[in-house]
Amino acid sequence: MSADPTAAPVGRVPGGAPVDERHESETISGYVRLWWQGVRAGDLGTLPIIIGLALIVLTFGLLEENFFTERNFTNLLLQMAAVATMAIGVVFVLLIGEIDLSVAFVSAVGAVVMTLLLRPDDPGWPWWAAIAVALLCTTTIGLLHALVITKAGVPSFVVTLAGFLIWSGVVLILTTQYSTAGTIRIQDATVVGIANDFLSELWGWILAVAVVVAYAALQLRTAIARRARSLAGKPTSLIVLQTVGLAAVTFAAVWYLNQDRGVPKVILILGILLVFWSFVASRTRFGRHVYAVGGSAEAARRAGINVDRVRIQVFMISGFMAGVGGIMLASRLRSVATNTGSGNLLLLVIAAAVIGGTSLFGGTGRVIAALLGALVIASIQNGMDLMGLASGTKFVITGLVLLGAVLVDAVSKRRRAARGGV
Amino acid sequence: MADTPLLECRKVSKAFGAVQALYRVDFEMRTGEVMALVGDNGAGKSTLIKGIAGIYPFDEGEVLFDGKRVVIHGPRDAARRGIEVVYQDLALADNLDVVANMFLGRERTLGSVVLDESSMERTARETLDGLSVTTLKSVRQTVAGLSGGQRQSVAVAKAVMWNSRVVILDEPTAALGVAQTRQVLNLVRRLAERDLAVVIVTHNLHDVFEVADRITVLRLGQRVALFEREKTTQQEVVHAITAGTLDQVPGMDPSAAAEAPVEAGAEVEA
Repeated sequence: MSADPTAAPVGRVPGGAPVDERHESETISGYVRLWWQGVRAGDLGTLPIIIGLALIVLTFGLLEENFFTERNFTNLLLQMAAVATMAIGVVFVLLIGEIDLSVAFVSAVGAVVMTLLLRPDDPGWPWWAAIAVALLCTTTIGLLHALVITKAGVPSFVVTLAGFLIWSGVVLILTTQYSTAGTIRIQDATVVGIANDFLSELWGWILAVAVVVAYAALQLRTAIARRARSLAGKPTSLIVLQTVGLAAVTFAAVWYLNQDRGVPKVILILGILLVFWSFVASRTRFGRHVYAVGGSAEAARRAGINVDRVRIQVFMISGFMAGVGGIMLASRLRSVATNTGSGNLLLLVIAAAVIGGTSLFGGTGRVIAALLGALVIASIQNGMDLMGLASGTKFVITGLVLLGAVLVDAVSKRRRAARGGV
Repeated sequence: MADTPLLECRKVSKAFGAVQALYRVDFEMRTGEVMALVGDNGAGKSTLIKGIAGIYPFDEGEVLFDGKRVVIHGPRDAARRGIEVVYQDLALADNLDVVANMFLGRERTLGSVVLDESSMERTARETLDGLSVTTLKSVRQTVAGLSGGQRQSVAVAKAVMWNSRVVILDEPTAALGVAQTRQVLNLVRRLAERDLAVVIVTHNLHDVFEVADRITVLRLGQRVALFEREKTTQQEVVHAITAGTLDQVPGMDPSAAAEAPVEAGAEVEA
């Protein structure tokens, strides 16, 4: 039954009863109070991660003088972009309460396919065609995983673990077959430019202004539309405050980046992806169904949602985003090799999604978690690199941060359950 | 109260393999009336309501809706006809807020993809207000933070929002405390006042005598009694539940009949 806005529900009171909940959240103090109630009930949102990120940045800033430099900030963003991109896909998978262990090697498959198609004269495809085919491949891989998971009922952990092995093998086969040294260089300027080009100073500023204006306009429009229906809208003063805050952060970042080489192109791409997938997750029917499947698959099924189809689409998103991330990484290194996708890439991507606040239990988390988590991981890695710590120490510290994030998740989940009545 | 029942089951039977979960049961509900469906574990209560909700077809017998013979082809078909079932586990997604739960699977959109949140929020609020559900502070809080009675209210409001005509409540007070049971029973009464046909499936005779107009008693898959609340007593109903006369025991040695359906029926309920 599709929703008809004009259909009078049984419960409608003639003339419309006064709606009485709006008053509390009409003022800033009321808003803050509601938010704080949520936090105390275990709905922490992005609070712990932002505190954690601030602490980490401050610590490294104090310990290492080169941490707070324009060049290092730029490098940090470049290191983070691909991990954040892939983590967006993983956030969706975690939201439905599944896991995808194959993302690193799926990303490598995408990078290798693109690179092979780009080889000059053999076959020498244009960059857009090579990228399109690479993303088609990784999305199809996600589809294959999902079909086994949903149709055969095998847990995603096992299916994507098998995928982990299979796709690492495919990467090895392809790279060794087409090059004796095991390394294939990318010579296409556009593809190399993805992760190595920067926006001009002027474009950086135009972008910053556009982001802030678009944010304020959207927020105001939503608030006005809600008040027109006499529902609680965000107080205008709060929107102004948030816009000023966003403007301060954005302008500072652009100014700082412009001191070095400018805003990296890859950050622009990441920003577009974040906005797009955030919109999909929080404003569309599909996104609502993703959360419902993660919260209670049974409730979703009874509500008539095709749970398997949602699962399949989510794994396709994961494959697609892995492909995009793989292309970013290959572009940054200007090549692919036998070891593409190996190492700790998978762990960093999943850790980014979890550290950013996506619950492993499904149903809780936001797309922005991918960015926040990737920023934390990149900051730690970058800071420890600058301090010249041994790799053993780096692994231990990264692991402890991940453990801390999972503990915060588990504790807040218990709190939510404890206050959940019944 | 209308003369013809809104929904009527005539001599419906359902077997699961060798187990006769329902045998030639008559059941009816009328608009503006609360019908209680009572019986011991394994009496066939769940089988009957699942059949009405279209979870599975009855083996024999017929279902009349609005006086016309109908075959209900699944839960969606039932919902289309205005038959909503609120199951005991409520089927709410804890991580979503009240509005999202009430519209789950039937979201309103602007265009065809983007959610129309403010329209959904307004309708949800109005539906809850219309049912005098006053205990909910905000329809934007997640269901995880609600009490058992509030959850039940949300599930019921969700069921009646879709122009439904029949609402079947499966053990609505089973997990609730005294005050919350009162809230929910008041809500059940209000549903009947809105000219819905309400069926309440329960073990709790106290609840039954509080809200029901009539009482159907099932025992071992058969209807053993139909009471009007005003003309009966708890003792009479208890007697029917535990020792009501069975018309027939199909395909079985009468001496073995007392045992077999109980075990089998219990399995079906679970």
